[in-house]
Amino acid sequence: MCPDIDDNSILAKKLYHNMLLIRGFETAAAKQYRDGNMPGFIHLSLGQEACAVGACLALKKEDYITSTHRGHGHCLAKGADPKLMMAELFGKSDGYCKGRGGSMHIADPSVGVLGANGIVGQSLPLAVGAALTAQVKGNSSVALAFFGEGASGAGVVHEAMNMAALWSLPVVFFCEANRYAELSPYETHCPIDKISQRAASYGFPGVTVNGEDVIEVYRETEKAVVRARNGKGPTLVEAKTMRWGGHYEGDPQKYKSAAELENPQSFDPVAFFEKNYSADYGISASDIRKTYARTEKIIKDAVIFAEKSSLSPSKNIFNDVYAP
Amino acid sequence: MARIKYFQALQNAIQSEMERDENVVLFGEDVGESGGIFSQTRGLYKQFGSCRVRDTPIAENGFVSAAVGAAMTGLRPIVEVGFEDFLTACMDPLVNQAAKLRFMLGGQVTVPMVVYTFGGGGLNAGPQHSQSFVSWFSQVPGLKVVLPATPADVFSMTKAAVRDDNPVIVLLSKKLIGSSGEVDTDKNNFDIDLESAYVTDHGDDVTLVAFGAMVTAAIEARSKLAEIGCNAEVVNGCCANPYDIATIKTSVKKTGRLAVVHEAHLPCGPGAEIIASLVEEDTSIFKLPPIRITPPFAPSPFAPNLEREYLPSGESIFRSVSSMLNRHS
Ligand SMILES: Cc1ncc(C[n+]2csc(CCOP(=O)(O)OP(=O)(O)O)c2C)c(N)n1
Repeated sequence: MCPDIDDNSILAKKLYHNMLLIRGFETAAAKQYRDGNMPGFIHLSLGQEACAVGACLALKKEDYITSTHRGHGHCLAKGADPKLMMAELFGKSDGYCKGRGGSMHIADPSVGVLGANGIVGQSLPLAVGAALTAQVKGNSSVALAFFGEGASGAGVVHEAMNMAALWSLPVVFFCEANRYAELSPYETHCPIDKISQRAASYGFPGVTVNGEDVIEVYRETEKAVVRARNGKGPTLVEAKTMRWGGHYEGDPQKYKSAAELENPQSFDPVAFFEKNYSADYGISASDIRKTYARTEKIIKDAVIFAEKSSLSPSKNIFNDVYAP
Repeated sequence: MARIKYFQALQNAIQSEMERDENVVLFGEDVGESGGIFSQTRGLYKQFGSCRVRDTPIAENGFVSAAVGAAMTGLRPIVEVGFEDFLTACMDPLVNQAAKLRFMLGGQVTVPMVVYTFGGGGLNAGPQHSQSFVSWFSQVPGLKVVLPATPADVFSMTKAAVRDDNPVIVLLSKKLIGSSGEVDTDKNNFDIDLESAYVTDHGDDVTLVAFGAMVTAAIEARSKLAEIGCNAEVVNGCCANPYDIATIKTSVKKTGRLAVVHEAHLPCGPGAEIIASLVEEDTSIFKLPPIRITPPFAPSPFAPNLEREYLPSGESIFRSVSSMLNRHS
């Protein structure tokens, strides 16, 4: 179990550091994408850093996460290597998936990242499966599934929650309600204000947290993780958050109001932390500067690594289609 | 050797694999205490307990996807989807998850899981409970697809499927559930090749390649053909992803004549694929134009008289093959 955050400024610093790491990664990815260095399309999580970080720091290395199309932050927060991630976004041979997966399929099972996923809704039953493994093998791993409010309308989400409840599986369902699913607002997808209310219908706890506040996200997720680890079954954590950008990078966002478009930073988990917590946890202005510098360096190195990596040779196309 | 039924061969195979490897788990609708709708999982719940043998809610998409997640993290799940028709409810976990994850993640994971299901016609189960989707799954790289035609096939293929590190779909035949055959159920350390077709009956005049329940029909047709002096060779195709073209080619090289029989529909089916593969390699392999024997391109009808006509049978295979021979003699 993680120590209580009030006693632990190291943990607070880590939360802060990881949010900046994600912010830096996504900002760099956006730039590289705009500069034409990244094929395909990417979905960024700027504005949602506190969700990824608060949730993942409540987990241990041997715990699992399953992620979504908007998964860069989740992977980084769970300990994936920014270099291998960036190389994958570039479609290079040193990327996590050797250039076969791209942004939507980054995975690193060695740190419990079972993968981003391009199919909306599937992160939940996949996590249920990982939790099943933990239960059958009798180890103490927990699985956490990220999903969006858009996904919450998919039938398989109900199937996964129902199964997890029936079997008391060690799983946490973590919903990032980021105001939009693709191009349409929350109300198009959800008839109730709080998705967490749905947990009651399965008989497990549901809680809604402020996704701008990484400490709150961490605290509530940690409760859910402890509950899961103690064999008490699932919890649904819903974080109200905000997607700063479009659905994908380059989305003209015609559907957003002028106020939202002009001022996305009205909801900023990094600024929120600096304003409300840095003093409490003894994080000085100089610490903040250093953290910016450190994360910037990590991201810069990741981009250089990705640029230098070679393209995957097409002769390897049949590798890994089947396990030997 | 023991004479057992098709469904018992499945039960025996699952049982012995679960005894051998504690990472093997079984789940699906009614596979637990009730022992399965065809008694195919009888006794397993009692022997292995509720942790390794569990009844699922009616949620094919969810529980097949959960099997993928479990397979990625160290279990070897066996999942029952009662009727082949219901595979439509879990296409995503099969096609987009299980089949692709290893490739897509750059080889970082394996997905050792088995989905078995009862399909095909012959029980007057109607259009939504009689289908064969073998052609669909033969289109998906990353999956393996096998069709056991006998209790011995069921036993060895299921065991081999559980031991395979890839997702394997075992398309069982509903019609054959109660059929019997000799099975060496003590054989435990064998290493059968999932992907190999085999000759069930030798002959020189024409090759009949058949899949699943159609193997029995082809063997029946062979007896009738013998009466008119035609000595047919029957090949049990066994696997439809990948197809064992080499074994089929060896037979057709000898006979020069080919009929492919399957319950899947004709367009883009096993027959089309096998014939195209043979012709691509050697246009002169056929002495006569090959034929495909399949149900008509319509949903499977319910009424017994209609379904009898609909499915290829020993009689209809005999008629098609003899007219192929006559047409060109
Ligand atoms: C099964 C499926 N249907 C549709 C899509 C297309 N799609 C991609 S993202 C998305 C919206 C998802 O919204 P949400 O779950 O709220 O996640 P967010 O994008 O807000 O992070 C849709 C519809 C998909 N990838 N998979």
